[in-house]
Amino acid sequence: MTQRPAFVPWFVLPSVLTALGLMVAMLTVLQYSIRAHIPGSLDVGGYTLDNFQDLHKSIYINAFVTTAWLSIKTAFFGLLLSYPLAYALVRTRSGWMKSTILIIAITPLFLGEVVRTYSWIIVLGNSGFINSALLAIGLIDKPLQLMFTQTGVVLALVHVTMPIMVLMLATGLSHIDPAYRRAATSLGAGPIRAFLTITLPLSLPGIVASLTTAFAWTFSAFATPQLIGGGKVSTVATLVYQLGFSSLNFPFAAALSIVGLMLTVLLLATFKWMTHSLQRVGAH
Amino acid sequence: MSSSQYEKWLGISGRLLVILILIFVLLPTVVVTLSSFSSTSVLFFPPKGWSLRWFERAVSYNDFKQGFYSGLIVTAWASTLAVVIGTTLAIAITRYEFRCKRMLEAVLLSPLFIPHFTIGLGLLMLVAQLDLGRGYPLVIFCHIVLVLPFVLRSLFVSLHNLELRLEHAAASLGASPLRVVWTVTIPLMIPGLFGGWLFAVILSFNEFTASMFVTTQATQTLPVAMYNYVREFADPTLAAISVIYIAVTATLLILANRFLGLGRVLNVEASR
Repeated sequence: MTQRPAFVPWFVLPSVLTALGLMVAMLTVLQYSIRAHIPGSLDVGGYTLDNFQDLHKSIYINAFVTTAWLSIKTAFFGLLLSYPLAYALVRTRSGWMKSTILIIAITPLFLGEVVRTYSWIIVLGNSGFINSALLAIGLIDKPLQLMFTQTGVVLALVHVTMPIMVLMLATGLSHIDPAYRRAATSLGAGPIRAFLTITLPLSLPGIVASLTTAFAWTFSAFATPQLIGGGKVSTVATLVYQLGFSSLNFPFAAALSIVGLMLTVLLLATFKWMTHSLQRVGAH
Repeated sequence: MSSSQYEKWLGISGRLLVILILIFVLLPTVVVTLSSFSSTSVLFFPPKGWSLRWFERAVSYNDFKQGFYSGLIVTAWASTLAVVIGTTLAIAITRYEFRCKRMLEAVLLSPLFIPHFTIGLGLLMLVAQLDLGRGYPLVIFCHIVLVLPFVLRSLFVSLHNLELRLEHAAASLGASPLRVVWTVTIPLMIPGLFGGWLFAVILSFNEFTASMFVTTQATQTLPVAMYNYVREFADPTLAAISVIYIAVTATLLILANRFLGLGRVLNVEASR
């Protein structure tokens, strides 16, 4: 890093403009959140804190609790299902197996939230796949209610976040030097012990990255809670949309977004703090 | 149980677990494929008869056609611009010092945790307040912001793995810094550039939540058009368009895997 060549400012300029646009947009959310709503108009009134006071109502508190709970459950179950796939993807020696896992696990990433949510509607519906199959083999005699429940939403959200989790975990796992594991095995550690003491701790950064992403994706998911929850599961995202486009109350939607953002930052900071202390425990 | 038997047992149960998870991942795809060929407009399992009528409707439905074209415009611009912005920034960040470097990086990576609806809402309110129209530039800018973190991540990895000596060699032979970047750094980054661009294309073409806020009837992308369709109709047209999506995507992925090595592009294989 000697002298800075003349082209560097030109290399940075496009990014600075993009960052400025994003920052101004976020400041606009902040600014709207402290403006009064004029019913029936898109223009906003004077400055006020009323929007934040209205957030005390139980419907909004419930939406926050539901969203946080959905995000935590999705991240947890997503990790549980993604880790074995990522592990198999990185460790398998058969090229055919590797390609199969990669294609099956990654293809859903290309399909987007809407297609995958729609597929789950057909799987979970009263005359859908699960209920028809269970009825046909006689395990149940009336359809299980899976649509419009939190369980259904979590199931679909886990499926939506899995590809990106598998990718991030596999990236982390593939950068672990296999020599460590071989050393542990040659010193007499069994496969499970080698996994628990070597591979798992070393893949912790990948785990944190994938949990963080799963969490953020779930928090921002809109189509899945809206379509599978069908109004019975209201999250911050679905409320913001309703407030913005049905009631045209943008100031209140902005206030809800701001509090949602603060909640995300808080939860992510907790995540980071927890893994930090975990790593410290591991080091001893 | 002897230790080799134990390991064999462990290997089998591991494989079984992976197969079960793969079935879970595939289940909705299989179910949606079966329903797309159903002859009835109300879905039953197994379908009562078979037909191709939903495919005909899917490719001739005007909102889908228009959504596809709008999506192509937005994705082409957003992914290409994101790669240009990402490449220049990644090179500047890894090779040079400048003021507010960390802050710039943090702001551009922040869409990884800022909910998409917040970004969409913010941009929507911004253009409303500045009285700018809600045209393609708004949607494209929104998508650039959302895909840039993924592009940057992929580019940082490829710059990190790059042999610095090659750049030093070029510089010591008298190449100017810009020439080094153009003739050595960027050509060596091509796999990473392609990986980042591929990621950007995928994410942009599928982006739904923020697009819902920033698009209008004229600029709505395919996912938004599909969402509006599910809200209005319950017939299997969406299953048919999903199957087209799945078939095209899987074909592209299999080709990408055969010719480029998907594992390397997606950075899930250790580079050797």
